[in-house]
Amino acid sequence: MQHTSDRGQLPRPYRVVEIREENPTVRSLCLEGTAMHSIAMVLEPGQFVMAWLPGVDEKPFSPSCAKPLTLTVTRVGPFTTAMHQLSVGDTVWLRGPFGRGFSLDRQPVSSQKEIMLVGGGCGAAPLLTLAQAARQAGQRVLVVLGARTTDGLFFQDRYTKLGCHVLVSTDDGSAGERATSVQVAASLLSRKDAAIDALYACGPGPMLDAVYELAQMHNLPVQLSYEAYMRCGIGVCGSCALGGCLVCRDGPVFQRPPDVIQRHPRTGNK
Amino acid sequence: MNPDLSTDFCGIHFSNPLVLASGILGTEAALMERVARCGAGGITSKSCGPEPRQGHPNPTVLDWGPGLINAVGLANPGVKMEITILKDTRSRLAPLGVPLVASIFAHTVESFAEVAAQINTAQPDLIEVNISCPNVAAEFGRPFALDPSSAAEVTRVCKSVTEIPITVKLSPNTPDLVAIARAVAAAGADALTAINTVGPGMIIDLESGRPILANRVGGVSGPAIRPIAVRCVYDLARALDVPIIGTGGVTSGHDALEMIMAGATLVGIGSAVYARGPACFAEIRTEMIAWMNAHSVSSLDEIRGQAHATHI
Repeated sequence: MQHTSDRGQLPRPYRVVEIREENPTVRSLCLEGTAMHSIAMVLEPGQFVMAWLPGVDEKPFSPSCAKPLTLTVTRVGPFTTAMHQLSVGDTVWLRGPFGRGFSLDRQPVSSQKEIMLVGGGCGAAPLLTLAQAARQAGQRVLVVLGARTTDGLFFQDRYTKLGCHVLVSTDDGSAGERATSVQVAASLLSRKDAAIDALYACGPGPMLDAVYELAQMHNLPVQLSYEAYMRCGIGVCGSCALGGCLVCRDGPVFQRPPDVIQRHPRTGNK
Repeated sequence: MNPDLSTDFCGIHFSNPLVLASGILGTEAALMERVARCGAGGITSKSCGPEPRQGHPNPTVLDWGPGLINAVGLANPGVKMEITILKDTRSRLAPLGVPLVASIFAHTVESFAEVAAQINTAQPDLIEVNISCPNVAAEFGRPFALDPSSAAEVTRVCKSVTEIPITVKLSPNTPDLVAIARAVAAAGADALTAINTVGPGMIIDLESGRPILANRVGGVSGPAIRPIAVRCVYDLARALDVPIIGTGGVTSGHDALEMIMAGATLVGIGSAVYARGPACFAEIRTEMIAWMNAHSVSSLDEIRGQAHATHI
């Protein structure tokens, strides 16, 4: 009989089974648990994993799909470059899933209305898992994707295939409207026939703050997925502290910007 | 009955003995305030050194099952920035009646004096002198905490630059713990913190055949080390008349009471924040009170050092 000791939350090996080029700087790696560690990862939309490449580094990623487990990686530095150099059959080690993700159930959605997802840059990746869940629950989903240039956009087709209504924008006008995703979201929300009843966003901090303002203005519930420099990923080291919150444990998804939570500690996420 | 958990430590009043240990969440003023609001009796900031440090690359902290292992490598913003953080923290903790312990480290005796002098300007309630980090040996050499005369030397220079009471954080990774503690106490330490992490230890990934921590080795903490911490506190309390912050694997009210029976005055809480979240402080406090009520114990003084009574 085999005895397995408790090895806690140590990184577990996953094989790369498929690689997809999303655009010149973005690649998706589809992963599968190895025979020894075949436990499937149960992942909620917006949660994250810590991905380790021995001898390189370990970084947080919010998967773009739970089944098959998919990490969508934008090449920005040494670690993401190493992730881009992986081939099918190579191994990535993962710890997790960690953190609090998006929740759909807290926000009942009537059949006439729809939810709006706003993605800035690589924020398009984790929102895809949310779009999948929302579509499965029969909700209508409007997706606004923004990037600096057309090269930064990805997943338009993936969202469309799920049955989402997709709008794109770029800062330089090289694809879609020449605007930021927040500007597009703002003009949609101020239309008379706007029927959005919840906002979800993932992207750079200032963009999320702007989406929060929009939500306040239109009195809509909002969930924002923040990025932060992380070390432990498990709420110990304090590296990702933001206004008294831990992005890794209290987030990465928040209902208001963490500094706002801090200013009103009584109403904050505990 | 409402048992009394309050305690005086180096003349400072703590409403309960549970102190956030150094290196856990002590990076930001707002975060330390939150831990205080969660019921901590005191807060220790993350160790700060003379200059900003990135620390070791990731992976730096792992849950290996029976505990944690870490090699964060003393990442900190440097003493200048730390003073700002500590002043902000102090002004947030003072109205809550929660004392602030500022943890410091350095790699030379002179540098310890310099950092202690600067931290003195932030006026924390207590300074914790961390001479026992096990994760920087490659860079810093043997920790001061492994040698009585250098441990005493660091204590002496820190005492000479501040009026604030100091507690010296000891390493369990020595057969001479009591001798080192005696030297530190003779050099003027007002208190002792025992223990820092155990080891260093190592965790190897089978698939790659490599140590997982980027630093290869790291300090072991959590429930796995609690019996070692309890024994160290017991030995120190038996040999010396210096108040102790007993730290190491305390996760429940029973664990905290065990540490007090070993002779601790305050109890450090570290890895429990991982296991139970920041809410652990209020929970551990409630568990302590429940046990004390069930056993008709009305104050911690009644049981402090009780384990020594049967020692012949």
